[in-house]
Amino acid sequence: MTLLAAEGLNKRFGGVVAAKDVSFALAAGEMLAIIGPNGAGKSTTFNMVGGQLAPSSGRVLLAGRDITGLPPREVCRLGVGRTFQVAQTFLSMSVAGNVQMALIAHHGRTRDVVADAASLYRAEALALLAQVGMAEAADRPIGELAYGDVKRVELAIALAAAPKLLLMDEPTAGMAPRERAALMQLTAGIARGKGIGVLFTEHDMDAVFAHADRILVLVRGEVIAEGSPESVRANPEVQRVYLGQSGHKAALRARRGAHG
Amino acid sequence: MDFGFLVVQSLSGLASASSLFVIASGLTLVFGVTRIVNFAHGSFYMLGAYMAVTVVPWLLDFDRSPLLFFTGVLVSAAVVGVLGVVMEVLLLRRLYKVPELFQLLATFGVVLMVQDAVLWIWGPVEIPGPRAPGLRHGVEILGQRFPAYELFLICVGPAVLGLLWLLMHRTRFGILIRAATRDREMVGALGVNQALLFTGTLFLGAFLAGLGGALQIPRVSANSQMDLSIITEAFVVTVIGGMGSVPGAFLAAVIIGQLNSFGVLIFPKITLVLVFLLMAVVLVVKPWGLLGRPEPAAGRAALPEGILATPRFGLWEKVILAVVLAATLAVPVFGDAYTVKVATEVLIFALAAFSLNFLVGNGGIVSFGHAAYFGLGAYAAGLLVTKGGFAMEPALIAAPLAGAAFAALFGFFVVRLTGIYLAMLTLAFAQIAYAVCFQWVEVTGGDNGVVGVWPSAWARSREVFHYLVAGCCILGIAALRHVIYAPFGATLRAARDSEQRADAIGIDVRMHRWLAFTLAGAAAGLAGGLYAFSKGSIDPTLLAIPMSIDFLAMLLLGGMQTVMGAVAGAAAFHTIKDFFMPLTDHWRFFLGASIIALVLIFPRGLSGAYGALRRRA
Amino acid sequence: MAGFTFSRRSALAAGTGILAGLRPGHAPAQGAPIKVGELNSYARMAAFAMPYRNAIQLAVDQINQAGGVMGGRPLEFVFRDDGSTPGDAVRVAEDLLTREGCAFLAGTFLSNVGLAVSDLANQRKKLFLATEPLTDALTMAQGNRYTWRLRPGTYMQTRMVVEAARGKTAKRWAIVAPNYEYGQSAAANFKKLIGSAIPGAEIVAEQYPALGRVDAGATVGALAQARPDGIFNVLFGPDLTAFVREGNTRGLFERRLVLSLLTGEPEYMLPLGDECPDGWIVTGYPWEQVQDAPHKAFIEAYRARFNDTPRKGSVLGYVTAQVVASMLNKANSTETEAMVDALADLPTQTIVGNVTMRALDHQGTMGTWVGETVLRGRTGTMRNARYADGANYLFPEDEVRAARPRS
Repeated sequence: MTLLAAEGLNKRFGGVVAAKDVSFALAAGEMLAIIGPNGAGKSTTFNMVGGQLAPSSGRVLLAGRDITGLPPREVCRLGVGRTFQVAQTFLSMSVAGNVQMALIAHHGRTRDVVADAASLYRAEALALLAQVGMAEAADRPIGELAYGDVKRVELAIALAAAPKLLLMDEPTAGMAPRERAALMQLTAGIARGKGIGVLFTEHDMDAVFAHADRILVLVRGEVIAEGSPESVRANPEVQRVYLGQSGHKAALRARRGAHG
Repeated sequence: MDFGFLVVQSLSGLASASSLFVIASGLTLVFGVTRIVNFAHGSFYMLGAYMAVTVVPWLLDFDRSPLLFFTGVLVSAAVVGVLGVVMEVLLLRRLYKVPELFQLLATFGVVLMVQDAVLWIWGPVEIPGPRAPGLRHGVEILGQRFPAYELFLICVGPAVLGLLWLLMHRTRFGILIRAATRDREMVGALGVNQALLFTGTLFLGAFLAGLGGALQIPRVSANSQMDLSIITEAFVVTVIGGMGSVPGAFLAAVIIGQLNSFGVLIFPKITLVLVFLLMAVVLVVKPWGLLGRPEPAAGRAALPEGILATPRFGLWEKVILAVVLAATLAVPVFGDAYTVKVATEVLIFALAAFSLNFLVGNGGIVSFGHAAYFGLGAYAAGLLVTKGGFAMEPALIAAPLAGAAFAALFGFFVVRLTGIYLAMLTLAFAQIAYAVCFQWVEVTGGDNGVVGVWPSAWARSREVFHYLVAGCCILGIAALRHVIYAPFGATLRAARDSEQRADAIGIDVRMHRWLAFTLAGAAAGLAGGLYAFSKGSIDPTLLAIPMSIDFLAMLLLGGMQTVMGAVAGAAAFHTIKDFFMPLTDHWRFFLGASIIALVLIFPRGLSGAYGALRRRA
Repeated sequence: MAGFTFSRRSALAAGTGILAGLRPGHAPAQGAPIKVGELNSYARMAAFAMPYRNAIQLAVDQINQAGGVMGGRPLEFVFRDDGSTPGDAVRVAEDLLTREGCAFLAGTFLSNVGLAVSDLANQRKKLFLATEPLTDALTMAQGNRYTWRLRPGTYMQTRMVVEAARGKTAKRWAIVAPNYEYGQSAAANFKKLIGSAIPGAEIVAEQYPALGRVDAGATVGALAQARPDGIFNVLFGPDLTAFVREGNTRGLFERRLVLSLLTGEPEYMLPLGDECPDGWIVTGYPWEQVQDAPHKAFIEAYRARFNDTPRKGSVLGYVTAQVVASMLNKANSTETEAMVDALADLPTQTIVGNVTMRALDHQGTMGTWVGETVLRGRTGTMRNARYADGANYLFPEDEVRAARPRS
């Protein structure tokens, strides 16, 4: 069943076309990567799905429901979790506090003026942190964590809303290579285990070819190729405009590494 | 109305606009580069005028030539520019690392000190300056006589605009200013000597303010109240134009000048509120001013300025709390009548300051107009008692309701903005409310206010009233504190830390901020109602800018990073003021000096200092 | 003014006895002083308040040298800044009444401060002798048993200049007044009174610039456009200076009759310098033309002690002390009700002549000088000045009865 469908998305900023007739579909439990050179329209497409940008035309369907132009908070409530290129967390709170906050929001108790926020949903938060391997850091201020760990916590925050779909904008940006692979492995495991669809953009080709089920290639706002990693890798146009020879090798190496 | 009159009236507007622009351009430059909301800019303007009425007549004694007149004006402006450098080096440079609001508080301390320094040096009598030689006369324009000096002033604005453009586009210093205005982290990253850039900018800003003041001397006598009268208007011009935008300031000044010139023909009493109405409208329609840019989103994650941790009371805190509570309740038993009075006021201000910290510290919503809700609560209570014939009890229920109602109304627009623009919109609404209370004489009693707002018979003694206030304020503070620890309070902190993240986990940020604004308005309204009964009268000073600044000062002195800081700040501020006021006529000087000293010694406020002490212990 | 003046330093302590020995035959006052709590806008309105305080100190020293009050007790004024807001003033007033142990309150400058203190006095049943607030509400609609005012209020001052314009031919009038209670109520009084002095007079323009922020060019333009025959001005201080300069340059005052409140007072005349307009009908204080002996003696003593010329505030301060002394001597008690009763219709021979505190509205009959402005040398003064006795300009008795709340 199609979880997410983008149909003919267009976005213009003044005279600049940032996305042109972008269409794709994503099934539950599937990981779809959007790749492309800088300025290809990856973030634009991403933000149109997440609600940060309203498309000039086209539709976004989540499990058959039209969510085009809904603000992020409503997109979230419909079951979409999201991480950002630069991790966005609540810096004044502890690690657990961040996840608890997401749980409070998920349970619609943000206007509660009676309960004690510090103890609310603590057990659930710890369970989510355990899933991402951060349970031991639960009571540390999030500002003290290494960046890779912050990204893990951000994943836990996104999972707090029990999402059907995860949107991850460059999930491994700013991380050390070893951390990258671990995070992607973690994400893939959770997504497959829970049947969550994952849409992510990524610069790191190793991560893309190792974990994506399918890849969407954007160039200058247009989809130039879509398909399995193998077919994308084999696509001559993709090789010409984007991957280049070295990228191709990297992709092969990554694939071997992931399975070997 | 004949054509000649319209032209001349329009020229009058241009002359005012030109003067206003020269001053506002300095303010906007300083803000753009340093992000400091420089209250002392008005003081520089005043000092420019005082310098000029001192220097220029002395020069004119040698020779009454226009050359010497304008030399004197430029010398005065340069001296003021140097004073700007002095302020930067001695004060601001020590404060770039502390929260931005602290810098604002420090510049406010400078305002207070300069006010009294001016009285001390130049005396209380206003000093008229000489007219400009060669420009004393009137010029006949379409049958109307127009002052030649104002024709000259009309040219000054565009000239300054042109020179600033050249400076900003043709010199390294100017290019750095522009770069810093757009992205100040980048300038730091480029390895630019930031201290030198800031010092230079402060010189330029103060120079322009001083120039604006010095150029006024043929029209306005130098007087000790010209600082505060100009600063709000300069802020408004800066905000309408877009903070940091010099051309925007020019455009805004021209619009305000023309509106003023023709506005007084249609509504002769509009002078009080016109500019704030315009600012409110502009900000609602264009959230970053006419030519301003949105603040670039922070590239790196930074700790927010505000409440960071919400710890429970430890043993020491419990002891302190118990002592404070016991002292509060014991004041009527052991203190004299006056001590009771002061303690009552401290309690009221503590509630008001706490409600402000609920917004600022906990919610990241910086309000420059919190006195509006305090004052409107006071008016609601006062008018119900004096005009409605109600007793104190229902009036005290109406006060928070009125505070909440107006906070909800104004807040609806306020929460659509962020940062400094949000703060300025709160200021605009507060000034509009002030103007209504001031001008709607039949209902509000105008600036005389309404007297006879006394408590019900049972609460009339100072002691009983103290317990009533203590009950209301302690309950109010405890309730708000509870909310800070509750999910709603956490949600506000979350939205303050990262609006984007809050949005992505499903929080309606604006709606929560709006509710917070309303709740804080209710608490401030209750404080205002109690204040009205403690004073027996209401009048517009309750919702004027100085009251809002007092609340901010209390909050910052106490420390906005902690939950209970505002309470300590209210007590400290009120005690300092009460200590110096009976001692000397120059109490403002000492109040200002105390504020600056506290900011320098305790850059995180009193409670921040306490926290550091606890950690070391 | 130089140096930091500590206002807690009371007049008593400051007395250096310049005039010691002037009146042989009286022993200096002895015993516990009678304390008067004086609060005023010393910080914000220093130009008016400082000469006022100086004169009080002068008067108090003279009174004490001459034997004090109530049969030999020294008089003492405790001076405090009122913070220029009602909120601060009420707190300061409480301090004066409770901690300082003052017998009663005096002073205040701003009308809203005066009214708030007046209401506090009513609430606490303490006497308040308002000296400077001009608002008519103080003695009329919001008058109370415990509040008395010395200086002629807005109505009286307006009536003085309007009476002085009687018989003039100006029919079309423009009003310019600061946008607050004093300005508004002066304008309202003017509209009410001008018709009786000049039949057929009409108001053709009104301008209310914000206090301290007059946009002189726009205001002068708007007034000139209405082509009035006469202008009634209520602006003062820096607003007045800016307005006069702009008006002079643009010819606003040429061939026009101008009536102006307070402009003749040295406080406002001195800053005008040689811009002083010619022939405005004003209220003021041409101290150099005073002929009356006691008043001249006061001026001599003031100039000798403070090395400055007296201001209108100085006269008021001196008269305040004289009326206070006279009240205390009559009441011979610092009990509030006794002092209030003593004030009723109390006549006092002061440096400006007889001043009676009218019992009907608690308004003093202190007057002021009315004349025409004229430039002499480099500063302005008044010509054809005469002292207008406040007794002739009080509110009509029936209006008072209608306005004052019955107690």
